[in-house]
Amino acid sequence: MSEPTRIGPPRRAALAPAAPTHLTADILTRARQVIDLYPEPRSALIPLCHLAQEQDGWLTPAAMVDIAGLVGVTPGEVLGTASFYDMLHTEPVGRHVVAVCTNIACLLSGAAELLEHAEDSLGVGAGGTTRDGAITLEEAECLADCDRAPCVQVNHRYVGAQTPGSFDQLVADLRSGARDAEIPTHGTLIRVRRTTGLEADPDAVADERRAAGEARAAREAVAPDGVGA
Amino acid sequence: MAITDPPKIVTSRLGYDDSHTLERYLATGGYEGLRAALAKTPEEVVAEVDAASLLGRGGAGFPAGRKWSMLRKNPVTYLVVNGDESEPATFKDHLLVERDPHQLVEGVVIAAYALQVTQVFIFIRGEFALGLERVQAALNDAYAHGAVGRDIFGSGFSVDVVVHPGAGAYICGEETALLESLEGKRGFPRIKPPFFPAAIGLYGDPTVVNNVETMSNLPWIMLNGGAAFAALGGGRSTGTRLFALAGHVNNPGVFEIEMVKTTFHDLIHAPVLGGGIPHGRNLKAFIPGGVSAPWFGPDQIDLPLGQDEVAEAGSMLGSGSVVVMDDHTCAVRAAWRITKFFSRESCGQCTPCREGSGWLERIMDRIERGEGREEDLDLLLDACDNISPGVAWPPQQTTICVLGPSIPSSISSAITMFRDEFLVHIKEGGCPYE
Repeated sequence: MSEPTRIGPPRRAALAPAAPTHLTADILTRARQVIDLYPEPRSALIPLCHLAQEQDGWLTPAAMVDIAGLVGVTPGEVLGTASFYDMLHTEPVGRHVVAVCTNIACLLSGAAELLEHAEDSLGVGAGGTTRDGAITLEEAECLADCDRAPCVQVNHRYVGAQTPGSFDQLVADLRSGARDAEIPTHGTLIRVRRTTGLEADPDAVADERRAAGEARAAREAVAPDGVGA
Repeated sequence: MAITDPPKIVTSRLGYDDSHTLERYLATGGYEGLRAALAKTPEEVVAEVDAASLLGRGGAGFPAGRKWSMLRKNPVTYLVVNGDESEPATFKDHLLVERDPHQLVEGVVIAAYALQVTQVFIFIRGEFALGLERVQAALNDAYAHGAVGRDIFGSGFSVDVVVHPGAGAYICGEETALLESLEGKRGFPRIKPPFFPAAIGLYGDPTVVNNVETMSNLPWIMLNGGAAFAALGGGRSTGTRLFALAGHVNNPGVFEIEMVKTTFHDLIHAPVLGGGIPHGRNLKAFIPGGVSAPWFGPDQIDLPLGQDEVAEAGSMLGSGSVVVMDDHTCAVRAAWRITKFFSRESCGQCTPCREGSGWLERIMDRIERGEGREEDLDLLLDACDNISPGVAWPPQQTTICVLGPSIPSSISSAITMFRDEFLVHIKEGGCPYE
């Protein structure tokens, strides 16, 4: 008997987590150290996205496939999660992401005028990247530095309140590399590495988790849908 | 009312350039609070925090001791510290994580000991790159010093602390959204009940979520006693609190102030605090507790900085940020920008919030541009009513979390207080302040 004719798109091969192909050995080593810090690998998803951005400057499709394999989800789930967050860029960005806050405290201090100046002088609108790939301009929500308004961050480093004049100098310095030591290129978020793994007694932790699991099962037996827990 | 001179509970080291280092921390009494805590039983530590009646400093103002006590019937599995400070014009936790990270770490270990948890996650806003580095460096040093990790100071108590970077989403400051994010998912708030973290938290296990400033108070409370903390302030608002002052003031910044004793007038005008309004201008309005809070006018400026006092006057102390607007400020533009913020940051789960914030932004936008209609004011309030029935304070809720009912605050405040300005925009086709 012949195979029945299948209607619809061809079946894809089962999604076995493939070996990472894109992330470098250094990033992979650090990624696995991060995963080991969490009870569930998926918790490392966002920290791993930051690490991938450290390698590539943005979150590439190939990196998302690697991350999916590392934390045990599909690449679609990585994209679906990453696209929720402002700091994870699923499209290429410039070497320097310059964020100008225009929220209330900065608005009261001339942020709208600063952003307008930035758009004019860079020749791109908010969200755009200059043709030379140096600068991506963003209109940010409150960056929590409201006593130095209007607040500007470059690659998530505060650069203090800016005027149109100082902004142009800032951009010139970024282009010339004058501030490279202080401001790493976009994607590198945390330069200080954790020096220890987990130290608490794994057996004691396992006992604790088991007790919590049993308590959870007992609660769910009483209220299967969670209501009344 | 007066400006008192209380002990500096969380800002004592900020005068030092090296306030973030272990050397400075140890030279200024660092980790002594933890040693004092470890000499007590966990129950005694909880009792001390109860005696302090320390209200949570994140925004909701729930008593920390009671939050912990609620958990004692469940085995607590995780402590999660909320450092996702994103409420516009709030920048106190930014200061604490960057400038005194060891104080945070010490507070966290004290809380972990009180709750007998073995793993803590400190969730820090992703945009705080330097803060993330400072806390990680402090943790590395604290592990080496024996203040975190296995058998802390020879007490037999062990706990691991992990710094978790956020990735840019206002909603993750909501504690159940924060837990979702910490599980590697989109920051969608969970439905409460049943998902109160105390019952069903991280990975479904009982979890305590506390704010950075709340944790940073614990070393002082352990060293000086809960009673000494409770002796400061007044009523339910005990101790000192950080107030972030921004907008039209000569001296914006974060100030540690004894609660209830000081008024908004003192905060804005006192030379040692806000230093008054620049250019000799007058106060038009101020937002007393983050942009989710209804605005106050000059009539309310003599209110004390106390949680209940502000609540009774129809707003909230919220996240501890005060935004000052002078009499050259366009109320329509201010409300428009806040509405735009909520529209951008709505997570999109609940229709009233997702759609409502978008509609409100578009209506505000056309009024701002001078293309509004007179009936738009009723339309705005009607849309607000769909998000938060009655548009009253404290707000009613049609959504999973409180982001939705926070949206109408600025619009209803602006329309109630400055209706004329809306009408000028509409009738004259533009802003009278430009």
